[in-house]
Amino acid sequence: MMHPSRLRQGDALRVAGAGLKARPLRAVLSALGIAIGIAAMVAVVGISASSRAEIDQQLQALGTNLLTVEPGQELRSGGTATLPAESVDMVARMGPVTSVSAVGEVDDAFVYRSDQIDELKTNGISTFAARPDLLGAVGGEIASGRWLDDALAAYPTVVLGATTAERLGISQADGSVAVWLGERWFTVVGILNPALLAPELDAAALVGWPVAEELLGYDGAPTRLYERSPESRVEDVRAVLPATANPENPEEVTVSRPSDALAARAATDETLTTLLLALGGVALLVGGIGVANTMVIAVLERRSEIGLRRALGATRAHVRIQFLGESVLLAGLGGIGGAALGGVVTSGFAATRDWPFALPLWALVGAAAATILVGAIAGAYPAARAARMSPTAALATV
Amino acid sequence: MTETVIELAQVTRMYPGNPPVHALRGVNLRVGRGELVGIVGPSGSGKTTLLNVLGTLDRADAGTVCIDGQDVSTLDDRQLSALRAHRIGFVFQQFFLSPGVSSLDNVADGLLYTGQPLAERRRRATQTLERVGLADRAHHRPNELSGGQRQRVAVARALVGRPSLLLADEPTGALDSESGASVLELLRELHEDGTTILVITHDHDVAGLLPRQVHIRDGHIASDDALPTREGR
Ligand SMILES: Nc1ncnc2c1ncn2[C@@H]1O[C@H](COP(=O)(O)OP(=O)(O)OP(=O)(O)O)[C@@H](O)[C@H]1O
Ligand SMILES: [Mg+2]
Repeated sequence: MMHPSRLRQGDALRVAGAGLKARPLRAVLSALGIAIGIAAMVAVVGISASSRAEIDQQLQALGTNLLTVEPGQELRSGGTATLPAESVDMVARMGPVTSVSAVGEVDDAFVYRSDQIDELKTNGISTFAARPDLLGAVGGEIASGRWLDDALAAYPTVVLGATTAERLGISQADGSVAVWLGERWFTVVGILNPALLAPELDAAALVGWPVAEELLGYDGAPTRLYERSPESRVEDVRAVLPATANPENPEEVTVSRPSDALAARAATDETLTTLLLALGGVALLVGGIGVANTMVIAVLERRSEIGLRRALGATRAHVRIQFLGESVLLAGLGGIGGAALGGVVTSGFAATRDWPFALPLWALVGAAAATILVGAIAGAYPAARAARMSPTAALATV
Repeated sequence: MTETVIELAQVTRMYPGNPPVHALRGVNLRVGRGELVGIVGPSGSGKTTLLNVLGTLDRADAGTVCIDGQDVSTLDDRQLSALRAHRIGFVFQQFFLSPGVSSLDNVADGLLYTGQPLAERRRRATQTLERVGLADRAHHRPNELSGGQRQRVAVARALVGRPSLLLADEPTGALDSESGASVLELLRELHEDGTTILVITHDHDVAGLLPRQVHIRDGHIASDDALPTREGR
């Protein structure tokens, strides 16, 4: 028997592309819907991956071995419990513990920009007595000025948390600015960067422990302990921390791991990500309908071409492959454009927030698969219709 | 007796409708290898229908159609397509050239479904364009060609696969007499080279130049030059 009709793979691709090349504007417009859908999905995944990468990077830098100890609620009276003044030393004596520090909230000491300000306008800023080793324990950083070292801790000097500095409108910490704190002037010697593992410090004004006790009537009871131990021992330490920090009322003590909260923040973004992803999916669906519509029109318009190809020896399968290929190429055009756009949006967004750029490979693979699938589904009916067309009927339309 | 290329026996083709149209009513036709046959008849007499059935683009409702001794009703879509890809060349009245594509590539498309590589298809298309006298128009697009040149490109596309059978539906119908004559001259040359050719034509002058004429009227063969001397050919 004679050789069968045969369309080479490269030719099939060329034939499928020829239809698009003949009407480039139409191709671009009908690929736009898919491009928008894919761009939205890629950008959503990319932005959430970049944000997670940022948090991972921060956790990497800050460590996940920090535990905080709070006195919690007094079980009998319901009032705020306190930790014993010696709790810091007791925790420090535990074997695996590598560093401990503490802050103590100074009651009734509020911070104002000047002595002229209404006392009720506290700006939500609390005053903490801070131990000199606080920054090392929480992984905090000085944005400007200096920290309350042993030399400064005995003087009326203050270091402001990032939010505090912003609320008070203070950006200089060269010793030229003072704030009205607890009915006297405290010189601002430093401003902190946002403390990710100890966000409570952001809206605080930190003064030295001795100054707090001497000038602000502080009772010396820590209200929050910060403790670090080797990663592998964190859970062991966590189990015995309450009894160590407050042997008399261990059940009142609350221990938490701030890095968990930070990681959880990334996880809560997932709901939003899923929602946005679904919206991108809807755009993709609408784009697919656009492609299907274009293909139906193309098949109707190109009946005589179909008839001619059949006369030249194309099988029904060849005709189907041609239009299916055209549909997939059309969708692919949108997919590539959309993926590029999504990548640009992601990198732009990441750049403005100083995040690392992260776009997981699975997102691109998924986008490619979704595009091919949409193209194939959109093209299935028009291609089948083209293939079913009788050659004479196709040729009869001029 | 020459080898038979086409053999039609009692072929009928009816288009359903209201009323149904009996386009072919029992056509018998035999065409030997290397013949040049003109199919003549008034409009609506069934010439195009006959050519479509011959070219396996359309199926007969009854009767047998044999091409190269093979009953086409026993062939499936793939086999029929193979037949069209390798053995049958079509020239249509409306050219059906791809717009925006050079003459060379239009002609090369005649080999698209034979699975030959592009370079080979182009090489043979170049030769065939030379053959129809359009070597210097290889890189022109259809809209840059005259009607007669377009039709010659269409003939070249039908010829490029060296079909054993060339079917031409009014190849001169849309052309002025001079262009028409040049296309006809081309067909005569091909005939001299041994290609089997069926040409539909309205034009009795054109038909008069052909060695064998088959007249169709109302779906059946009214006269056929070959019949009285059939054994002699
Ligand atoms: N698809 C169709 N459906 C219904 N009737 C058709 C169809 N195609 C052709 N016919 C009818 O069949 C008859 C034969 O048509 P055909 O096209 O074969 O004529 P023809 O001899 O080629 O005419 P012309 O010289 O005008 O091209 C005509 O009466 C025509 O109306
Ligand atoms: Mg006709």
